[in-house]
Amino acid sequence: MKLLKLVPDNTNLDFMRWRNLALLLSIILTVGSVVLVGVRGLNLGVDFVGGQMIRTTFAQPVDVEQLRSQVGGLGLGEANIQEFGGPRSFQIRLPKPEGGEAAANRAASRVRAMLAQQYTGARIDAVETVSGKVSEELATDGALAILFAMIGIALYIWLRFEWQFGVGALVTLLHDVAVMFGFFALTQFQVDLNIVAAFLALVGYSLNDTVVIYDRIRENLRKYRKMAIVPLLNLSLNETLSRTIVTALSIMLALAMLLIFGPDVVFGLTLAILIGTLIGTYSSIYISSPMLVWLGVKSDSFVKADDRPGPEGQQGAREPA
Amino acid sequence: MMDFPRWKVWAVTLTILAGILFAIPSLLPASALAKYPAWLPSARINLGLDLAGGSHLLLEADTADAAKQRLQAMEDTVSTELRRNNPRIDVGDISTSGGRLSFMVRDPALVDAAVERLRPLTQGVGLTGTRDWDVEVVDSSRIVLTPTRSGATKALKDAMTVARDVVRRRIDPQGTKEITVVGQGEQRILVQVPGVEDPEALKALIGQTARLEFKLVDLTADAEQVAAGRAPAGSQVLALADGTGAMAVKRRVMVSGDQLVDAKQSFEQTSGAAVVSITFNSAGARRFGRVTQENVGKPFAIILDDKILSAPNINEPILGGQAQISGNFTVESANALAISLASGKLPVKLNVIEERTVGPDLGKDSIRKGAIASGIATIAVIAFMLVTYGRFGVYATVALTVNALLILGIMAIFNATLTLPGIAGFVLTIGAAVDANVLINERIREEQRRGRKIIDSIETGYTEASTAIFDANITNVIAAALMFYFGSGPIRGFAVVLMIGIVTSVFTAVNLTRMLVALWVKRNRPKVLNI
Repeated sequence: MKLLKLVPDNTNLDFMRWRNLALLLSIILTVGSVVLVGVRGLNLGVDFVGGQMIRTTFAQPVDVEQLRSQVGGLGLGEANIQEFGGPRSFQIRLPKPEGGEAAANRAASRVRAMLAQQYTGARIDAVETVSGKVSEELATDGALAILFAMIGIALYIWLRFEWQFGVGALVTLLHDVAVMFGFFALTQFQVDLNIVAAFLALVGYSLNDTVVIYDRIRENLRKYRKMAIVPLLNLSLNETLSRTIVTALSIMLALAMLLIFGPDVVFGLTLAILIGTLIGTYSSIYISSPMLVWLGVKSDSFVKADDRPGPEGQQGAREPA
Repeated sequence: MMDFPRWKVWAVTLTILAGILFAIPSLLPASALAKYPAWLPSARINLGLDLAGGSHLLLEADTADAAKQRLQAMEDTVSTELRRNNPRIDVGDISTSGGRLSFMVRDPALVDAAVERLRPLTQGVGLTGTRDWDVEVVDSSRIVLTPTRSGATKALKDAMTVARDVVRRRIDPQGTKEITVVGQGEQRILVQVPGVEDPEALKALIGQTARLEFKLVDLTADAEQVAAGRAPAGSQVLALADGTGAMAVKRRVMVSGDQLVDAKQSFEQTSGAAVVSITFNSAGARRFGRVTQENVGKPFAIILDDKILSAPNINEPILGGQAQISGNFTVESANALAISLASGKLPVKLNVIEERTVGPDLGKDSIRKGAIASGIATIAVIAFMLVTYGRFGVYATVALTVNALLILGIMAIFNATLTLPGIAGFVLTIGAAVDANVLINERIREEQRRGRKIIDSIETGYTEASTAIFDANITNVIAAALMFYFGSGPIRGFAVVLMIGIVTSVFTAVNLTRMLVALWVKRNRPKVLNI
């Protein structure tokens, strides 16, 4: 049986030739994302700003404008109404009402009553009410979870490799997270608590990819001590290219299926992880690796490691190639 | 070389079989599980409320209200205690402003005696020697009681314990539903109720403190003064529950809801209006009988949470210990009040600070679509693995399938809850498992290209790929652990699946496929390696 080879054997692409162009692109992407978040802002869900979200499915297709004016007529503040997975399903978002929890509960009841009265067969699928206090805590928790995950990972890589690798991984992650924020600012997809899970998945995947490439760079640094750093990075990237593509494709294949056939509630989450996979794959080739050139990793960075006892030293010594 | 000892084959096989055995109950429908032999494991994965449908409520104690109530209770205790005992100590000018209780002792000679008598009330119950209240004498005749921090903390803790029981009794009077009521931090309670049809009714049940009091109406009060919010000495102005005004009532509580043994929704015989029938305990019944006997012809106010529900006239003494509470109820609201009263009053007011309700239909839809999508995704990835790696793709597929079953099995063992973000974690884990297989297979391809012999390239492929697999998975474990520690609800659901998945995927990708490859190599002695 002839097996599929997406990447021909012994590729020799000069990835590093484009590293300055890629750097420019990455800087533009990062800065652009930050600016975009500043200018357009994020479409934050009730989890992070407080307020109410009511998800409803009608028995018949409904005119959004009519629904908007009906909800607006209740005088509950500016409602945000979006289609959610079909012309009969909508998500109604109401701002945090003045006057505390009792007012919030009353607001939800009024919307429910209105829907039941105006549309026969309307089904309330979900209601979420989050107070200002809780939403602040959730936002802090989410930010802390992402921040500490990034720092913890960078520290581990520093310990297992060299400081340049730790810094390289951290810069890569900062880029990834910034671009992901940019994506959400651009598309105005709703950012809720589930999206934090997507950010964390992005951090995990991007790191996974970076570590695999770093592992090969470390191996080659030990193997070819005389080789200059740029060709060595090219070699490592080419050697791992087939793996990078097969893995990224399998994951994106699975996510695409989930996106097409999966439940509407996970659409945002799945899309975010899919985009994250793309960003993570790009950044491990064009940020993590050239960072090592800029940070001055030398071919002898791991020579000392050979003299040290421990698994790394043993492996380097055993593999003269 | 390519040695896979017999004991290791057994260990891997048994681990996998055990995992699958634990995974089966979660995959079977409930009806099939009922016929399942009892000696087999039957623990299932719990579905989160976002999948199964239900309500999630986060309640927070109103600490300001708790402090106020504690102060009022202290005021009552102090005045009865000082007046009752011999010698009677007269006090006046009681005030509870500024979070402190202060009062004048009329006879300055009795100040020391008063302080002495208050000692048992203000000292903590425990053996730690910390006080619950600080007692100070100001201007030689005024006593000031200030709640200490430790006393307030302890009071809140006790109140929260009681509140959890009350909430549980209110939501689930029969104790038959699978509800969760747990404390979170010092002043919060998390309530999870599966399959709720009407979350508003649920919130109404919890939202009521249900402090029921019967007080005499102060007939001497001047209507204009009452409208301005001023009441004669010994009385207070309370608003009417229907919002139509206010009324002056005596401060002294005739009978309170603490003395109830039962409350039921019923209908008034003449008008057919919904009312709540209550039954007092023997002490309450005696007291209620005596007070009604003494005040025939006068109105008394039925007060719920400081609002007057109604103020009927006492037509005759009520001696049987049974009474009806009327007050513009619907059948539902009367029923909710009956449940609240029967379950006892909440020791502290609880506010709903977070509510998440998912209707049962949406949940079912999500599960069905999620299962279909996962199936299609699995088939797509398997097909991709097969066309890319051939025989080794088959091994990878076996590893992926076993991996998925092991995750389910371990989650069932720990009785973990699967949520929507958990499903995302599941997908990511499958991705990581694919990656481990890809790393190994690509490395074997590479080593073969470098001219190694078949067995040698397989062996080197596994060893060399394992450092990358190890480092990549450790970083993911770190990320998952930090997520679990710092994250809340959904993030934790994601992290749990991720952590379990990392362990199982390394096990299946490295140990299981290696075993399969080793057995194949041993039996067939392949001459060519098509990978």
